Amino acid sequence: MSAPFSWIRPEPHGIHIVPADCWVDPARAVDKALVTHGHADHARGGHGQTVATPETLAIMKLRYATSDGATPVHYGETIRLPGGVDATYIPAGHVLGSAQILLEHAGERVIVTGDYKRRADPTCPPFQVTPCDIFITEATFGLPLFTHPPIEDEMAKLLDRLAAHPDRCVLVGAYALGKAQRVIAELRRAGHHEPIYLHGAMEKMCRLYEDHGVDLGELRLVSDYSKEDMRGAIVVCPPSALNDRWSRRLPDPVTAMASGWMRVRQRARQRNVELPLVISDHADWGELTRTIREVDAQENWITHGREDALLRWCQLHQRRARALALVGYDDEDD
Amino acid sequence: MEEFAALIDALVYTRSRNEKLRLIAEYLRATPDPDRGWALAALSDGLDFPAVKSSAIRNLMKDRIDPVLWTLSRDFVGDTAETASLLWPAPDDPPSPPTVGETVDLLSAMTRKSVQTELPRLLDRLDASGRYALLKLATGAMRIGISSRLAKTAFAQAFGVSVEEVEEYWHGLQPPYAELFAWAAGGEAPPDIENLPTFRPFMLAHPLEDTVVDLADYAAEWKWDGIRVQLVRAGDETRIYSRSGDDISATFPELLDVLPFPAVLDGELLVRGSVQGGEEGGAASFNALQQRLGRKTVSKKMLAEYPAFVRLYDVLLTEGEDLRELPWTGRRARLEALMKRLPQSHFDISQLVQPRDFDHLAEIRGGSRDEAIEGLMLKRRDSPYIAGRRVGYWYKWKRDPLLVDCVLMYAQRGSGKRSSFYSDYTFGCWDGDPDAGADLLPVGKAYSGFTDEELKKLDRHVRQNTVNRFGPVRETDKSLVFEVAFDSVHESKRHKSGLAMRFPRIHRIRWDKPPHEADRIDALRALIRD
Ligand SMILES: [Zn+2]
Ligand SMILES: [Zn+2]
Repeated sequence: MSAPFSWIRPEPHGIHIVPADCWVDPARAVDKALVTHGHADHARGGHGQTVATPETLAIMKLRYATSDGATPVHYGETIRLPGGVDATYIPAGHVLGSAQILLEHAGERVIVTGDYKRRADPTCPPFQVTPCDIFITEATFGLPLFTHPPIEDEMAKLLDRLAAHPDRCVLVGAYALGKAQRVIAELRRAGHHEPIYLHGAMEKMCRLYEDHGVDLGELRLVSDYSKEDMRGAIVVCPPSALNDRWSRRLPDPVTAMASGWMRVRQRARQRNVELPLVISDHADWGELTRTIREVDAQENWITHGREDALLRWCQLHQRRARALALVGYDDEDD
Repeated sequence: MEEFAALIDALVYTRSRNEKLRLIAEYLRATPDPDRGWALAALSDGLDFPAVKSSAIRNLMKDRIDPVLWTLSRDFVGDTAETASLLWPAPDDPPSPPTVGETVDLLSAMTRKSVQTELPRLLDRLDASGRYALLKLATGAMRIGISSRLAKTAFAQAFGVSVEEVEEYWHGLQPPYAELFAWAAGGEAPPDIENLPTFRPFMLAHPLEDTVVDLADYAAEWKWDGIRVQLVRAGDETRIYSRSGDDISATFPELLDVLPFPAVLDGELLVRGSVQGGEEGGAASFNALQQRLGRKTVSKKMLAEYPAFVRLYDVLLTEGEDLRELPWTGRRARLEALMKRLPQSHFDISQLVQPRDFDHLAEIRGGSRDEAIEGLMLKRRDSPYIAGRRVGYWYKWKRDPLLVDCVLMYAQRGSGKRSSFYSDYTFGCWDGDPDAGADLLPVGKAYSGFTDEELKKLDRHVRQNTVNRFGPVRETDKSLVFEVAFDSVHESKRHKSGLAMRFPRIHRIRWDKPPHEADRIDALRALIRD
């Protein structure tokens, strides 16, 4: 009998499942990888075998052109890995295809969340609270000042500004995978049925979402239309294009950005944003701490983000926790 | 307060200067007295509430949130007021915001003790934007990219008056500037400042850089290494103003009853000595003057050891006559004539430098470091005295900086726009032979001298080469060399190295240079000229 949980080991390049010689979200190419979702700091090309949801595999194929050794696992499905380890994929509510991975071995249960949120999202199924012994959580917005407002408020802000400037356009910077599609879907839900214009880099991912049954309404490519056409319209682009020369083709854009970081004024100013929209695909502070309480694991491991503060919270609430020093995880543009 | 908070938010997110002017002007037109006057004060010079400081806000928060979580949040945001506005628990009752005037009254009435109960009550009456505006207003530092000049320009634009006139009256008036609004918005007579010892904005110089001027058109004088001051006497009172218009009269009491007639004089405040320009120059080093700066009360010993005087450059007004329209030559002649009526004990005149030609002038400048003088000033002979910096009138031609190679030791997150970057650098020199196990000792700090691109690279270097973290500070692995430029170096007890640099900035980042080739403390010490 080996020591409890000795079969799962956090290493700098990812979480190692020792008996199966498998890695979760490894930062470098490995023989066998379990991937939580398609964002670049979690999903990388070049693995011998990639186990992920069909949606995540489709996203990886589009972004990193990797389809070798793709092993799809549906939500709720369990696969048996070598060495007697079972892996079950559970919705994480982060982006299309995102999953928490429940790992079971010798009666011990470990969950790796990848990234997650607790708010409703029309583009993916909601996070499911699942009991476990070790809960390996993200902490991107792990500071008590992060409270994401209701998305309806942010949509109202956006539509108000649009109405106030009928001869301009509102240019929304949004992360190309997940955030952009969620913003578009939420605009539709808020009753905005006008065509929405897309930066070229967003097109394929939006089509992929549509192929997976997410209705985004009428989308048009900026490059196919004139300045005149786009007056009074919403244009969505990746954050990197916000202050780029590309935006000169737009009719006097009001610069908006959809990101949880927009809660901090100086962050918005750094990006020259005129209309900050506090919209995030990650759990905010209240949700991170609520989730830790609800999952109620014996131990919490904190992967990436502001781990110092979440660690402190766990200490204050007598919950066992440790921060993992993983390399290669970035703050996404969320 | 809602309108003020909305204005602040809009200004935070507005890039264009014209749009900022429009937003402020619109607010000033639409808002009644005294709210708009208080708002104008907050946006320009800032308001001062002695009991409400950042430390009071910190104390308030530490009763409501774990101190570690507070510090982590504060470090992330980079601004105490904003952090507190975000972390303040939402009250149960709907907001019932006070007016700006009411807010100012409440803040003024707070004491160090009552602030702990009164400020929370005020915060509970506001939403997050309101709390941000309140705390910014209360701590007197808006730092939202609005200069005092911009606020005054917006005022001028709002009511169709000239900004020069606004500047002229400004320093004679107090917030909420009732007389100023009565004049500009209400069409009443302009405020009377004739008999008030008010500050007049300084005329400033551009760096000369590569310009070559014709000495037939320009006069040259030394740029003395003290602090630029304006001495104003009116209505039997003398005041001394610093370059930014701060009243520093209390720091230099010996100069308050030596100006025998009404006047506004521009000069350099110095301490008697024989460092700058030798015996003949008659002035001590800046380091000596520094002993006198920043004090609210001055001991007899200080007055005796570091006697201050003013070396005059210019005259703006005298005995009711405004000389600012005169050419510099005319004002200089008037100043020379005035010298006979000023006591030599506390005044002299800045002597002109008489070069044969521009090359000779360059040679004279070359010697300014040995003379311990900051450099030269070049003034167009026909220049009127105009507030601010105008191209082509006055130039400063500072001596070349000193250079030394230092090693990056610590980096700290910046504030404001730079709050997500490690942008403040502490660097050191070797206290002996690095190959024989010498240590680095910190010798200075710099925040400037690099481009935005370089800042990104430096930030990445710091993050990737961190060996220790102390709150917002990271200790690096001491692998990067900076070529640091600085104006001079002095003995200092404040630093372990015993040295302090003036105006250090990053001159070049030596990505290529191994750290053991950086300079030693001895090399830096050899540059002291006190
Ligand atoms: Zn993600
Ligand atoms: Zn992530």
